[in-house]
Amino acid sequence: MSEPSLAIRKFSDLANPTRFLALVAIVWPWLAGLTLCLFAVGLYLAFTTVGDYQQGETVRIMYVHVPAAWLAMMCYTVMALSALGTLVWRHPLADVSAKAAAPIGACFTLVALITGSLWGKPMWGTWWVWDARLTSVFVLFLMYLGMIALNRAMDDPTRAAKVSAVLILVGFVNIPIIKFSVEWWNTLHQPASVIRLDGPTISAEFLRPLLVMAIAFTLLFFTLHILAMRNEILRRRIAVLRRHAARAAGREGDAA
Amino acid sequence: MIALLARDLKLSVRAGGGALIGVLFFMTVVAVIPFGVGPDLNLLARIGPAILWIGALLASLLGLDRLFQAEREDGSLDLLLMQETPLVLTVFVKCIAHWLATGLPLVIAAPLLGLFMNMDETAIAATTLTLLAGTPAITFIGAAGAAIAVALPRGGLLVSILVLPLAIPVLIFGVSAVYAAIQEPAPFLPPFLILVALNLLFAVIGPVAAAAALRLSSD
Repeated sequence: MSEPSLAIRKFSDLANPTRFLALVAIVWPWLAGLTLCLFAVGLYLAFTTVGDYQQGETVRIMYVHVPAAWLAMMCYTVMALSALGTLVWRHPLADVSAKAAAPIGACFTLVALITGSLWGKPMWGTWWVWDARLTSVFVLFLMYLGMIALNRAMDDPTRAAKVSAVLILVGFVNIPIIKFSVEWWNTLHQPASVIRLDGPTISAEFLRPLLVMAIAFTLLFFTLHILAMRNEILRRRIAVLRRHAARAAGREGDAA
Repeated sequence: MIALLARDLKLSVRAGGGALIGVLFFMTVVAVIPFGVGPDLNLLARIGPAILWIGALLASLLGLDRLFQAEREDGSLDLLLMQETPLVLTVFVKCIAHWLATGLPLVIAAPLLGLFMNMDETAIAATTLTLLAGTPAITFIGAAGAAIAVALPRGGLLVSILVLPLAIPVLIFGVSAVYAAIQEPAPFLPPFLILVALNLLFAVIGPVAAAAALRLSSD
């Protein structure tokens, strides 16, 4: 294979895992470095800004909690896009992407839940409320775990990928329903206690570190994601090589 | 299609009383609750609708893994896949047969259990009505889970794990419709209509997803 054939001109060129691996090898140190820089800036900003006059120091939990929650949802979107890629375009890397994203998404969701309950203890006086948002995030966490369990339960990776793609898409239809249904179901509990970013509800003092942290988390996600995809490709190659080796060994045994 | 419906119904009724097992499980779950929370009749009357709904949800999940498993074991699933009628329609008919065999008995058994729970007439009527409207939705969305897990050697537990989060909206609107019927100021119709809408939505999504999963897992 000559060198220029590894050049990537179109998105579909990424379908070749070797090209993808070459791209990953170039990109990931930059991504990781950028993530580290942004985290340094974001954490510095997060710890130097003034605390909230009501919430005091605990407001700093927000800088981890809110980006993690955003990422939890974005990760599911990435998985849904990958599922579409698997089912519609039969992109060979799409199932790798969906499979690699599931544990990362579960981790971000768990981080959001844990930091949320650490924040909830001093603020609401309780670790857990069956509030609309908490419940829907918890359901999202359960769905991630179910997805991982399904992927583990099947031996054949391509078939597991297709079947879990169907599940991901069904779940994607269901997520808005869960989100809104829980809001209608239990609106009296904590209407607007989770800070949202629609404009002026949050002052620029908090907004700056929050945005930096959000970008840092997003880059962290992409770094982890492409590395996980690389590992998955390498794992599959090793599995194939092992199978070939076992078959060759069996043949030699027969000949002897 | 009518033949398939009749065949599935016969199979599920004759194969070891499949429908009765579901109802029995439902009754057992509901009967266990008073041991857990104590025999306080007022408390039971208040949480009765929720208990009936959760029991019905669990009971209808119970038989779901058999929806396509038996067909796969004796090979008739391949025949269904190769038929000229669209697979979505076949799955839809199978869901209806499954609901008639396992869901409908639950709905019929609900008023009796409502009496055990010391619920008044409106609550019993509302619970039965919402169960009638809600259990098909659970069957439809469960069919997708059953089709996804059909190729697995031990898919039963996994089906429940996959389907339960998807069935949460049905549970929420079913229970909230019942409570709206009991407590005066809240209107009964909006949550009930949303429940019916969910039913219709899942009647589309469930068979389509199940058909796609069956096709993908068969080749």
